[in-house]
Order: sequence, then C-alpha cells, then structure tokens
Amino acid sequence: MAEAVAISVKVNGRLQQGLVEPRLTLADFLREKALCTGVHLGCEHGVCGTCTILLDGQAVRSCLMFAVQANQAEVTTVEGLALNEDTLHPVQQAFSDCHGLQCGFCTPGFVISVAAFLEANPDPTDEEIRHGISGNLCRCTGYQGIVAATRQAAATMGGKSR
Amino acid sequence: MSPTTAARYVGQSVKRLEDPRLVTGHGRYVDDVVLAGMLHVAFARSDLARGTITHLDTSAAAALDGVRAVFVASDLNPQVDSLRASMFPPHAPAPPPNLLADKDVRFVGDPYVMVVAESRYIAEDAIELLDVEFEPLEPVVDYETAADASALVHPELETNLPNQMQVPNPEQTEAFAGAAQVITETWYQHRQTNVPMETRGIVASWQPHAGVMEVWASTQSPHELQLMGARTLGIGEHKMVVHFGDVGGAFGQKVFLGREDRAVLVAAKLLGRPLKWIEDRRENLLAANHARIEQMTVSIAVDEDGKFLAANLDQLQDDGAYPLGGPAGLGAMSTTLFPGPYRMGPVSWQARTVHTNTCGRGAYRGPWQMESVAREQMIDRVASEIGIDPLELRRRNVLKPEDLPYQTSTGLSFETTISPDQTLDQAAEIIGYEDFRVEQAKARERGRYLGLGIALYIEPTSMGMGPLGTESAMLRVEVDGHINLFMGTGSHGQSLETTMAQLVADELGVCPEDVSLHQGHGSGYGFGTGGSRSAVIAGGAARAAASGMREKVIAIAAHLLEASAGDLEVTDGVISVKGTPSAQVTMAQVAATAYQNSDALPEGMEAGLEFTARFKTPPVTHSNACHICTCEVDPGTGKVTLLRYVVSEDCGNMINPMVVHGQVAGGVAQGIGGALYEHAVYDENGNPLASTFLDYLVPTAAEVPEIEHGNVVVPSDTPGGHKGTGEGGAIGAPPAVFNAVADALAPFGVYPNRQPLDPNAVLSLIASGAK
Ligand code: FES
Ligand code: FES
Repeated sequence: MAEAVAISVKVNGRLQQGLVEPRLTLADFLREKALCTGVHLGCEHGVCGTCTILLDGQAVRSCLMFAVQANQAEVTTVEGLALNEDTLHPVQQAFSDCHGLQCGFCTPGFVISVAAFLEANPDPTDEEIRHGISGNLCRCTGYQGIVAATRQAAATMGGKSR
Repeated sequence: MSPTTAARYVGQSVKRLEDPRLVTGHGRYVDDVVLAGMLHVAFARSDLARGTITHLDTSAAAALDGVRAVFVASDLNPQVDSLRASMFPPHAPAPPPNLLADKDVRFVGDPYVMVVAESRYIAEDAIELLDVEFEPLEPVVDYETAADASALVHPELETNLPNQMQVPNPEQTEAFAGAAQVITETWYQHRQTNVPMETRGIVASWQPHAGVMEVWASTQSPHELQLMGARTLGIGEHKMVVHFGDVGGAFGQKVFLGREDRAVLVAAKLLGRPLKWIEDRRENLLAANHARIEQMTVSIAVDEDGKFLAANLDQLQDDGAYPLGGPAGLGAMSTTLFPGPYRMGPVSWQARTVHTNTCGRGAYRGPWQMESVAREQMIDRVASEIGIDPLELRRRNVLKPEDLPYQTSTGLSFETTISPDQTLDQAAEIIGYEDFRVEQAKARERGRYLGLGIALYIEPTSMGMGPLGTESAMLRVEVDGHINLFMGTGSHGQSLETTMAQLVADELGVCPEDVSLHQGHGSGYGFGTGGSRSAVIAGGAARAAASGMREKVIAIAAHLLEASAGDLEVTDGVISVKGTPSAQVTMAQVAATAYQNSDALPEGMEAGLEFTARFKTPPVTHSNACHICTCEVDPGTGKVTLLRYVVSEDCGNMINPMVVHGQVAGGVAQGIGGALYEHAVYDENGNPLASTFLDYLVPTAAEVPEIEHGNVVVPSDTPGGHKGTGEGGAIGAPPAVFNAVADALAPFGVYPNRQPLDPNAVLSLIASGAK
C-alpha cells in the first residue's frame, strides 16, 4: 500500500489536517475525516453532482478528486454556507421556500452548484438556469422547485449586492 | 362532543419541517451512520449472465491485511428459508432463497462472495484477489422467447414461466364478431430502473447476549424490514430494532429487503461486529432492480361512432432472475386495470411472467402502469385508424358522472368520487387544444413537426388488501405540551413530517412546528410509504389519533376551567372559553396536569396524554388525472423537445398543494426519462450496457419542461376527503409523451410501438416511413 501523505485543508474555515492514503477521494476525506456528511455520493463517477463542493471558490466534484490534491486548499461544503443556526444562505432559503427538494439527497450538491452558478451569472434567464444546473441530477422534484429556487435566490442575492 | 376548529394548515402549502436540516447538509442518511468498530462490506458480483462456478478460492482475499471475513454461499444461505415478503402469497413459485450465488450465477451482478474489511477500499481490494473460474452457459436473455428456452434460469422451478393467468370472457368474443372494426397492436415498454439518488444501504449491529439486532437502513418500509429481518435471523421482532433516518429516494426500490441486505444481517450476527454496506451506483444500476420490461398486445373493437365495445389483452412481463421482494407477477394487475377511465365493455385477458438471466424486476412508481401505457397509446392508434380526433374519441368513451359508481368487466369498482371527464376537459383547456391543432397544421406547412399527446388514467391508490390495509399513529402530548407522533410510515421525500403535522395541528389546535414525527423503532406496524397510500391511510391514522387526543385535552381543560366542553376552543395550543378568552389553559398546563398532577384530573379519568389509533382503509381509493403535453421533433437529428406539459389532477382534498405538485412533477420527470432517454439495455449475451450515468440517462433540468398544474377537487369518502397521488406522474407521463411524439411523426406515416423514443429510434422511424 502506498505511503500515507500528510495534508492540511481548510474546511468551512477550520483547518483539517490528516494522514491520508493517496487514493482516498476528497469526498471520503470530507465525509469521514472532516465529518462533513452533507457531502453526498450519488454516483462516484462524476455525473450526478451530489458531491459538489467549493474548492478555492470553484464548484468541483469531490468524488473525482483525491484528498491529496486539495492539500493547502480552502473547501466550502454545504455545511459551511449558512450564516448561523437561524439564518440560511439565500440559496438554501430559496430551496426551502420553493420546494426545491423532496428526499434532500441531491440538495447539498445543488445548493453549492447554484451558489457558484449565481456568483458567475447573477441575473440568469430561465434557460440559462436550466442549462446552468443541468450538471446535477435530482430524481425527486422534476426540477420545478429547483429552477424556481434559483430564480428566487438570484433575486434576493442580486438585490443585496446592487 | 368536542368542538372542531376550522382548517388552518390542511390545504395550505405549509413549508416543510424537513427542510432546514436537509438544505444545510444535516440530514442523517444511512451512510452517515458510524458505529464504533464498524466494518465495511463489498460484494463480488458475476460478470456472466449465466455460468457455473467451477473454482473459487478465497484464501488470498482473506489473507489481505484489514480483511475480517470472506463469506461464500454456504456460509450465509443456510440461515434463510425464504426471501418472500408479507405481500406475496406464501406458495407462489419463487426463486431459491440464495443470498449469495451458490455453484452457479444467474445474471450479471449476481453476488457470489461477500468481503468484510476495515474499509470499503480494502474490501474492494480483496475482491480483486479472489481466485474464481466460471464455465459460461447459454443465458436466457430475451423475455419474448424465455418461456420456450431450453435453458432454465432457475432449474429449481423447472420452468421459465412461473406465472400465467388467463381470464377469457365470452361476451368479448361475441362483441368482436359483431364489431365494425377491431384494431390490434403490441406495445412494448423497455427496461428501466428506479435510480433513487441515494443507493440502497444498511448498517447492522448485533448485540450478543442481548440477542438484539439494531439496524439503520435506507428503507421505505421500516416495519417490513423489522419483520423480514427478524424472520431472516430467526429472532423475535422485539429483538429487531430498526432506526429510520433520512432516505434519499426509493420509488419502490426500498420496500423490500434485498438479498444483499439480508446477507449483511446474517453476517453481522455471525461476526458480532457492526457492518455497513452502501451500494455503489454501478451495483444499483446492474443489480438493485429493473422495472417495466413488458409488452401488451391489445385488440379493441369499436363501432362506427368510435364507441369501445370490447378488448382482448395479452400481457407478457419479464421478472428477471431474482425479482426484488418476491414473485412480482404484476401482469395480471395491468390487465385488470386496463379499462381505466372508459366504458371499455367486456375484456378478456391473459398475463404471463417469465424469468430471464437479467436483473430482477422490482416495484417502480406505478408498477402496473403498463395498463395506462398500452391503453392510452392504443386509443391514439384507434383514433388515427378510424379518423376521429383523439380528444374527441376519449370524450365519447370516458366515464361520466351518470355512469358512476361503475364496475368494469375486470372486476374494478369505481366510486362516485372520480372525475376523469373533468380532468380531461381541464387539461385540454389549459393546453389550448383547438389552438394547438391550428398551430400544428401551420407548422407542418412550414416543415416543422409538432405533436400533442394525451394520457388519461385512474390511479388505484391506498389499496387496502392484506398487510396494506392499515396504518397506526401513536400520539403523545409530552409534559411541556409538545407532541410526539409515532407512525409506521417511511417518508423518503413525501414530506410526511410536514403533512402529518398539518393534520395533527388542525385536529388538535396546535401549530405544525409543535409536532415531531418519528418513524421506525417505537412506532406501530405499518406497511410504510409507497403505493400512493400515505395521505389516505397514514393521514387517516394521524387524524384519528389527534381527534381522540383532542377529546381528552378538552375534557381536562373543561374540568380545570370549570367550563362546559362544548364552550371550548383550541388555538395554537391554548384552550379557551369561546367569547371569554381570558378563561384559558395551555396545552402544557393540561399535559402537566395529566402526567404530574393526576389527582387534579376529572374523576375516573386515566392519567397521561397518550392515544393510539389504527386506521383501516377502504379496499381502494381512486384518484384520476389527465396529462397533455406538446413536443417538437427535429427530423434532422431525431431530437424530441417537449414544449408544454399540463397535468390536471384530482386527488381530492390536498393536505399540502405544494407537496402534491412536487410529487406530480417528480413522477412526470421520471416518465419523461422513461419515454425518451432511460434504457437499462442488455446485449444478446446478457451483458448490461448501462452501468453508469453516462449510459443510463436520467433527465436533467434541461430536458424537463415547466409543468403546469390544474386541479379538480372531488373529495373522496375517506376521512379528510384525500386520495393518493404519489405514483400518478410516472403513470401518465410515458404514454402522454409517447403519443405526442407519435403525433408529431404522423406525417411520415409511421406508427411507433416501442420506447424509448430516443434520437436513434426517431430517426429510424422517419427513415422507415414514406413521407
Ligand atoms: S458522486 Fe460525484 S458526481 Fe456523482
Ligand atoms: S430531492 Fe431527492 S434527489 Fe433531489
């Protein structure tokens, strides 16, 4: 077995250090070592998007990366988005308001993807939204509430920065 | 009698109590459960559709550092005598109860070795070290010829055709003889699978000496798991503790215990260490369960005016090797339900189920929906054959209020509370039927191919036979006035924590936030969540428990306030005298009295605030809906674009319209996927070709259009007037989409009869036609 490697990753603002096998995926590192179980695994082959996190601000699929590749990086998972126990991130609030989730398994990945998408496209059309979130799969909602939530979040977030 | 309060929450789109934890990543799904000393399970699975295991040496795998055990069939199989679940008749012919393949493998994905190791990584490494050889055997892959194949999928059964029923009806033969026209077509549905975003999984922990098996599982039926698990292990149900957490979708896949789940239970007991098995996506696509895989040959006789006179049906369905849960054999249900929302006349039918060397069939949202697929596609075909508009043909034959109650020749009884004619009209109006036909004609002149598809159906919901007949609700007002509700359901996206709280809140006069729903351990037997049964059956139980509780709360409050029970009202957890709001006690005061100051209770009243109700549901509660969608087909690429999608639904009184519309939309998206994209295809040797999401194409937000909802509300006769609706979207969408594409292709003179209508299929249809 390959030598374990020491890594240090800032996860939701907290330094997470550890000795990891080179083959350990970033998703498993986040779930098992950093205890961010909001990082879900829907396919482990890069298609479903449930494992999406922010790595140095970019949305990436944590099932496709090794933990060692995130050494010295900053990671935000869905757990790191809410401002505090009483205030959700506008995207999280919008998912709840618009029934953007049923079983909730795809939700962490969607919330992160939508947050990153709106960062790059603060004022998207419906078509841009549908295209922008088409890298994530949801089997429950038929995407109706997710599209509506993205629309609502765009409005609230845009309102704030304008 | 106690006064009632007006509905404040039922009927409102109350925001979900589940959401705050789920949108922040704080759900607790089975893979989030970590126990001290927990080991991880991986299965070695067959790469052959059929073959004999000629050599199996596990010693190198067992010797790998970190491997704790390697189990083969002879270790685990003898522990189990049946894989059958409560729902299935005990003597129906069923595959042998093999947890692991013994001596031979019977489909690609058949598990034959279980490895237990300190991590999943190591368990999978060990599988690579297995020394195994197979002798390939000719597999049975094509279900159309399986019954006559010389190879047997399960030699123990001595046939590949375990299930066959025939119900001829002489009146049908007579009607055919006298009919103006008899039209016949065979409709094919292809192999699909449920694809919950969370795969299957289980954590099992045996407590030696206590004799207790503690389980965390991704399930929609925690009590079925408790019962089947206890039977599997030969322990009492009082020693089987099933914890229910968040479940990431199921759609029928997580009703029953799979072979792997049972293998984990047996191995956990043998090892005395907690075990975790989380299915990976490849396993889920290859070996969890497949669905649909069937054909129905339909003949319909019509008179000159397009009136349906009679029908003859021949249904053939593929159960694969090991159907999930037991002998599925739902073909008979599809034929029985076939008449649907129409005066169909006498029906003769035959239904057959075969085994093949493929992944076992399992329940998938509307498991019998071939009835609607075949019927609605057939009606469009009839319409085109006899030259009547498909909406008009449906209007001529649809059941109207004056026909109700109605008994079909196949033995179904429809209540007076169905409204198929109204949903048909409403959907046609929302889509703008006449205008679309004009637009379509103009578009055709410009070389654009638009189509419209209709699907009208009656959904049998909340079925009440056998183990499905009841649900229970145990309601406890705690000392501080908050409410714990224990139910046998298994909500996995259906929002029961919210909807059950809404029901209790209105009945009891509290806020939904004051009610917590607990499922799994500690609740009373229930079949769980599936079969579009929760609103009616679980809802009936929650209502009954809350109403029983209300009587007692009011009686205590009346005693404390020295008022008459009839003068009291309950709002937001405060019981007050109508017109004299200052005379009041809170739910907390009543509860504290009931538990901690029982001497202050009315003479003879039992202490405490605990009430259990079990609701027995009618045999079936029917809902109905009409889907109409429009599409454009690009004849150059074969691409189908859905333009509009309308669903008019009558599910009676809605507890939470937001939740209802969410259920409908989710089902529609699955149906769209089935009709256009998803295909769990095998090659002729039984090799599955769709083992990742790159090959098994689940629709994304770019493929699913906006869904427009119409609601017709005819309350059912069940308490609250609800009807089930969870499966409907997936029943109506495949034929609606199929009919829309067929309509768009009509100018080419082609008649599709099989799905999926993916670009290749569309292009070859166009090529086969003469424009
Ligand atoms: S789990 Fe990473 S993309 Fe599916
Ligand atoms: S909410 Fe269940 S997969 Fe999206």
